[in-house]
Amino acid sequence: MTTVQTPQPQKAVALGRHLLDVDSLGAEGIDRVLEEALSEALRATSLRGKTVVNFFYEASTRTRLSFEIAAKRLGADVINVSSGESSVTKGESLVDTARTLEALGADAVVLRHPEPGAAYLMARYFKGSVLNAGDGRHAHPTQALLDLLTLRQSFGDLRGLRVAIVGDIEHSRVARSTTVGLLLCGADVRLCGPRTLLPPRGWLETFPRSDRGGRVTQTASMGDALRDAHAVMALRMQGERQARSLLPDPKEFVRLYGLTRERLKELAPDALVMHPGPANEGVEIAPGLMDAPNSLISMQVTNGVLVRMAVLRLLLGGNGE
Amino acid sequence: MFSGARVLCPYTGRDVVGDVLVDEGRVAMVRPGGGIEAPDAEKIECSGLVLSPGFVDLHTHLREPGEEHKETIHSGVNAALAGGFTTLCAMPNTRPALDSRIAVETLLERSEGLGVRVVPIGAITVARAGERLAPHHALATAGVVALSDDGSPVSDAALMRRALSYSEPTGLPITSHCEELALSAGGAMHEGAVSARLGLPGAPASAEEVMVRRDIALAEETGGRLHVAHISTKGAVEAVRDARARGVPVTAEATPHHLLLTDEWVAGWGALDGEDRRHNVLGERAYDTSTKVNPPLRSREHVRAVVEAVRDGTIDCVATDHAPHSATDKECEYGCAAFGISGLETALGLLMQLVHRGELGLPDLVRLLTVGASRTFNLPGRGITEGAPSELALFDPEREWVVDASKLLSKGKNTPLDGHTLKGRVLMTVAGTRTYRVSGMEVR
Repeated sequence: MTTVQTPQPQKAVALGRHLLDVDSLGAEGIDRVLEEALSEALRATSLRGKTVVNFFYEASTRTRLSFEIAAKRLGADVINVSSGESSVTKGESLVDTARTLEALGADAVVLRHPEPGAAYLMARYFKGSVLNAGDGRHAHPTQALLDLLTLRQSFGDLRGLRVAIVGDIEHSRVARSTTVGLLLCGADVRLCGPRTLLPPRGWLETFPRSDRGGRVTQTASMGDALRDAHAVMALRMQGERQARSLLPDPKEFVRLYGLTRERLKELAPDALVMHPGPANEGVEIAPGLMDAPNSLISMQVTNGVLVRMAVLRLLLGGNGE
Repeated sequence: MFSGARVLCPYTGRDVVGDVLVDEGRVAMVRPGGGIEAPDAEKIECSGLVLSPGFVDLHTHLREPGEEHKETIHSGVNAALAGGFTTLCAMPNTRPALDSRIAVETLLERSEGLGVRVVPIGAITVARAGERLAPHHALATAGVVALSDDGSPVSDAALMRRALSYSEPTGLPITSHCEELALSAGGAMHEGAVSARLGLPGAPASAEEVMVRRDIALAEETGGRLHVAHISTKGAVEAVRDARARGVPVTAEATPHHLLLTDEWVAGWGALDGEDRRHNVLGERAYDTSTKVNPPLRSREHVRAVVEAVRDGTIDCVATDHAPHSATDKECEYGCAAFGISGLETALGLLMQLVHRGELGLPDLVRLLTVGASRTFNLPGRGITEGAPSELALFDPEREWVVDASKLLSKGKNTPLDGHTLKGRVLMTVAGTRTYRVSGMEVR
C-alpha cells in the first residue's frame, strides 16, 4: 500500500491510501484511528471541497447513513448511489465504475458490495481512496473500528479482554474484521456458532498477530464461549441459511445460541452486550436486551460516526490542526 | 545441428552429451560424444543445455471454434512452441463441442501444417450436456485419442457407467473431470483456512475425491479405460494409487499449477520456493483472479500429496490444462471471474522448481512431459532416434527469466506468475520442419 498523499502530523502512523480491512493497519494504526476519533482536532477538521461517493451495491441503512453523516460533519460533498439507480443494472462493471468515478474527480469511494474482494478490485483502478463498507462475507473494517472504540471506552486497554462473538461466523464480515481488530489489540476472542456456520479450524491461523498477545478460539459450545466473557456480541442470523440446510430450524438456533438474560446471568453475569445491527429480536438476541443497561448497542452506533470521521480525515487529509 | 547438448530422451532411455543433426523434418543423426561433421548445417552450440523430445500436452483448451477472442488454434500453437510442446490434445469444450465426426475433421483440417500436432479429444456426451452419449466409434474413426466432457463432470453415474462400457472396445480413455457439483457448487477457490479468511465460498477437496472414487468403481466394474484429469487432492491420489494396486486400468495427470501453487496464492501470499510467506495481511495481490482455476489451487497438504504421487508413479504425466481467457473474463470480482490459467508457456519454468528443490530428477520431469503423456493416450512417439520425426525441445534448466503476462504468445494473459521469476526456460522448439526460437532467449 502506498503512503498517504497529504502531509500527516508528526509521529503519525501512515494509514495507506485505502481502508480495505483492519489487518493492514496493525495495532498502531488502529490506535491512531481510535485516538483520532476522540480528538478535539477531528471536530475542527474541514474536508470542504472533497467529494465522497457512497456506492452501495447492497441494501444498507445504518452504514450508509453513518458514512454520510460523518462526511457531512466534516464538510465534504457526499453523493449516494445505490445499485438500483446506477448503471449497475445495465451491466456496468466495477472496473468501469472505478474509472468513471476517478474521471469525475471523486476523492473517496465508500463501497458496499456483495462480492468478497470487491474493494480490493476497486482499489486497483481508483486512484483516490477506497473505504470498504462491506465486501461480501470478507470484511467491514469501520464496523471493527467502532466495536474496538466502544470496548476501549468501556474497558480501557483491550489486552486480555474476553470477547465472545456468537452466531453465523461463516457468513459474517463483521466477525472477520472485528476478530482481526481484537486480536491485533491483544484481546481473547471466542467465536461461537453451530458447527455448519463455523469455518474450518485452520482459519484461525490466518489472522495477523501483534506483540500484544491476542488469542482466538472457536467452539460450538455457548458455555465455553461465554464463560466469564467481558463482552458478548450477537451476529445477525440470516433467514436464508435454513434454506441451505445449514440449520435445521430457527427455533433450535434460538434455543442453543440465542442471547438471553438467563444465559448471560448463568455464564457471564457482568458481560456487556453488543450487536452490529440490524438485529432480529427474538432470534439471536432476546427482546429487551438491546436497550438493557448492560447493552453497548446505541454506543456502537454513535461511535460509528466518529470512527468514520476519523478514517475520512486520516485518508483525505484536510485542515484543522 | 545441435552440438554438445545433453540429449535426454525417455523414449530411447538415452541420457548422454552429444550431437544431434536434424534434416527435413527428421532426426538425421544422433552421435553420443559428438563429432558429427555437417559443414552445411547451422551449428547450435548447446553446452549446458538439454535437448529433449518435444513435450506432449494431454490437456489444452484451444477455444476454436467459438471463442476465438480467448485463443485460436494459431495462437495456441504459437504458445505451445514457446513452451516446448510439439503435441497438443485439444479439449472438446469448443462451440460447437467436438462431439461429431465433422467437428473433429474440421479441427484437424484447420490445424494442418502448423508443425505442432493437434490431436482432438472427443466429447463423452452430445454437446457435453451430460444427457446422452456422443458417437464414440465415429469419433474414434475421425481421429480422437480420448473422450472427455472436460469443464463439466458427467454427473449422472449411470450415464458415466454406460460411457465407460460403450467406449471400451475403442480403447479410448474416458477422461474424467472429477467434480461432484453438489459439493462444489458456488465454490470460487479451495475450501479451507484461506477461503474462510477471504470470505470466498469454497469447493471442498471431497468434491473431487467422491467423484474419483465413483469413476474408479465404474471403471472397475465395466472394464472401461479411465483417465483422471487435473488431479489435485490427497484423497484422489490415494484412490488412484489403491486402484492401480488392484490392477484397475486408470491413469492420471497433474497440472504444473497444482504441483507448485497453493491456495495461499489467492490471498497474495504465494511464493515459489515452496515456503509460502503468510504475512496474514491482505495486500494488493489479494483476490487476483488469475489464481482462479478449476479444480482450485489447493492447500499445502494436498499439493504435497500430488507431488508425492508424481514421484511414486501414481501420476503418469503432467498436463497443462492451458485455459486461456480474455481480459474481460478476468478483470472483475473474484466470484464472477472465469476459471482457468494460461499455462503452456510457463509449464517448464514452473515445473523446474521441483527439480531445483531436489524433489524430482530432471529425467523424471522430462519423462512426465513426453513419454509419460504419450503412453497415457497411446500417441505415437519415437523420441530422439535416427529417422524419427524431429520433434524437439531445447531448454536451459538454469536460465532465469521474469514472467511478463503481456508478452505471452497465447491470447490468454491469465497467469498468476506475472512478475515472478522462474528458473528454467525453453530456448528453441523443433516441430517437424518448423523451428521456433523463443525471442529474447538467444542460445548462448
